[in-house]
Amino acid sequence: MNSIKLIFRNAFRHKLRTGLTVVGLVVAIMAFGLLQTVVHAWYAGADAAAPNRLITRNAISLVFPMPLHYRDKIRAVAGVRRVGAANWFGGIYQDPKNFFPQFAIDPGPYLAMYPEYRLPEDELRAFLRDRKGAVIGRKLAVTHGFKIGDTIPLQGTIYPGTWTFTVRAIYDGAAANTDTSQMFFHWDYVNETIKARMPRRADQVGVFVVQIDDPARSAEIAQAIDRQFRNSLAETLTETEKAFQLGFVAMTEAIVQAIRLVSFIVIFVILAVMANTMGMTARERLSEYATLKALGFGPGYVARLVFGESVAIAFIGAAVGIALTFPVAAWFGAKMGTLFPVFNVSGETLAMQAGCALGVGIAAAILPGRSAARVKIVEGLRAIG
Amino acid sequence: MKAIPIAYSVRNLWTRKLTTVLTAGGMALVVFVFAAVLMLDAGLRASLVASGQPDNVLVTRRASGTEIQSGVERTQAAIIESQPEIAIGPGGARVASKETVVLIAQPKRDTGVATNIVVRGVGAEGAALRPQVRIAAGRMFRFGSTEIVVGRSIAERFDGTGLGQSLRFGGREWTVVGVFDAGGSAFDSEIWGDGEQMMQSFRRNAFSSVVGRLVDPGRFDQLKRRLESDPRLTVDVKRERVFYEEQSEVMSNFIRILGLTLSVIFSIGAMIGAMITMYAAVASRTSEIGSLRALGFRRGAVVAAFLAESLFLAALGWAVGLALASLMQFVNISTMNWQSFSELAFSFALTPNIVVQSFVFALAMGLAGGVLPAVRAARLKIVDALRAA
Repeated sequence: MNSIKLIFRNAFRHKLRTGLTVVGLVVAIMAFGLLQTVVHAWYAGADAAAPNRLITRNAISLVFPMPLHYRDKIRAVAGVRRVGAANWFGGIYQDPKNFFPQFAIDPGPYLAMYPEYRLPEDELRAFLRDRKGAVIGRKLAVTHGFKIGDTIPLQGTIYPGTWTFTVRAIYDGAAANTDTSQMFFHWDYVNETIKARMPRRADQVGVFVVQIDDPARSAEIAQAIDRQFRNSLAETLTETEKAFQLGFVAMTEAIVQAIRLVSFIVIFVILAVMANTMGMTARERLSEYATLKALGFGPGYVARLVFGESVAIAFIGAAVGIALTFPVAAWFGAKMGTLFPVFNVSGETLAMQAGCALGVGIAAAILPGRSAARVKIVEGLRAIG
Repeated sequence: MKAIPIAYSVRNLWTRKLTTVLTAGGMALVVFVFAAVLMLDAGLRASLVASGQPDNVLVTRRASGTEIQSGVERTQAAIIESQPEIAIGPGGARVASKETVVLIAQPKRDTGVATNIVVRGVGAEGAALRPQVRIAAGRMFRFGSTEIVVGRSIAERFDGTGLGQSLRFGGREWTVVGVFDAGGSAFDSEIWGDGEQMMQSFRRNAFSSVVGRLVDPGRFDQLKRRLESDPRLTVDVKRERVFYEEQSEVMSNFIRILGLTLSVIFSIGAMIGAMITMYAAVASRTSEIGSLRALGFRRGAVVAAFLAESLFLAALGWAVGLALASLMQFVNISTMNWQSFSELAFSFALTPNIVVQSFVFALAMGLAGGVLPAVRAARLKIVDALRAA
């Protein structure tokens, strides 16, 4: 009990130095938490994927479409419950900076496959009734201040021209990691407009979302779907929604790796600062440690004092840093808008922050603790500051 | 006013080796991150600026943004090609290339992950329009055949792209007959073949874009005005260089904003480290400072000596950090460009500007960390200071 008191007294003897070290720790632990959260946000799409959904796309690459009649053939495959077409629309709302995902979908089956998009019954009916209607996510609605009944003009990049849609429904996410920054509208409406303007590009589908009865059979069903279209003009590639989403993450893997690397560099920066603090502290107190030893305390006790002080400082810094991570992450997430649709601090991140702080506390005390334990009583007593 | 010799500051750092190493080490890591981010951004820019020739003009469908999303009908392409501002080659043909640009997904060699690669079907003048493209191995593809040539970064990273091997896409086998080096530009991450052959196999009847050389770069505005107001066309006309700069805008902004935010956050840590070190240096040398003042050195001289010590620390950190960062020049980054949705390879580029910027950044850290302790040293009263210890 007494040694804990001694540790805390020691830690706050140099108020300025300890204070500065704690501030450094707070900043580092917070930065680490923020970066880990950014990495997590990258994987949000894959985390939210359901095991019973498959995505079928053109095997050449995503930019090539598939003919619409594939929908019926896929639906006929054993084990398939629902099929919905979805086209990436890629429209610009006012400025390219306001990016958010837009999909032209088969409203009935598509929304039925995504029970995590919760929308009121009457709004859903209004959307299904209006061919130029749109469903938007809560986060998107909040970001741009869209309300039910508003019209959203989009400048088409893939489908030329200006398109206007009326907001008929706003969906909320069932879970914290549900992406609510998307916009959906009727595939039929887009297709018919295209048919009038550019007949050759009509009846083409970007991806089919397929719901299956038994997630355990996903690999088998995916192969069965692809077999249907082998040696056709548009061969398909079917994979689980998770694999599809991870494919996107993998393409930007270099960036994720860099952020991850940098998040660990910040830990090394703070380790250097912390080790320096503990080193200076131990050097100044060599004569005290010698005194303790002369009184009969063993080298283990002296080393424990140094370790305890280091860990105590690290712990305080970590506690404040972790507490600050939440408001900072909330601010950063709001600033980034729809770029990171899901931006939440995870429990894993908190555990890693605490773990890193403990690691820094222990690692910083190794050298000073050793020299404190080894100091010879005579030399230590002779030493001056 | 007499100044305290520089050697005093330097030797103080030398006597406290562990502290100096740790403080400078922390700063070195911060300088490393700062410089690496700027180098990455510079590398990205260099790659994209190298892609665009100053006298080339690139025409895409209006508001399509990228070549992948664009479509230019044959008749439209013919109108664009025949504008008087487009140069005429020695054979009498226009120096312009009508191109088909698509993406194909191929697995990367090291990770096996399918990644989008740009396949560019070029016209007869396609290579002449990009003088930076040189065949490094094998030969150029022949028109009218299913031969392709691959960029250097593609050959390094993807299976089936060696000479004599073949890739299957668009329902045909394409034989690799050459590897080209595009001088670090975005073309290094592309596959080239005959545009007309690709139109056939991808069953398209519209090109993606038209690239042409201007007779005189100064006549660009005239061409742009005429083409964009032509009722038969709905196109965007851009200088090739501007087009490629816009392609990397999102990526470049992301790298810079994230990188600079991190550098600022990290530098707070490093400044605190310097401050702790300098405060300790002042505290342990109180009587020494008293002696210096008693010997006749003014307050200003004491401030200068301690600031010099802090700046030396920073300079040391800068040298180590920059040396580490310069090693990054051997690393190549390949990632997906969000805007074009395709693979883009580039490297870290160390420019003189970055050397200067990181030096100023490091000195600013040293200065910010050293000012308060130096002022405290100068404020000590001679009598009190001499009495200490």
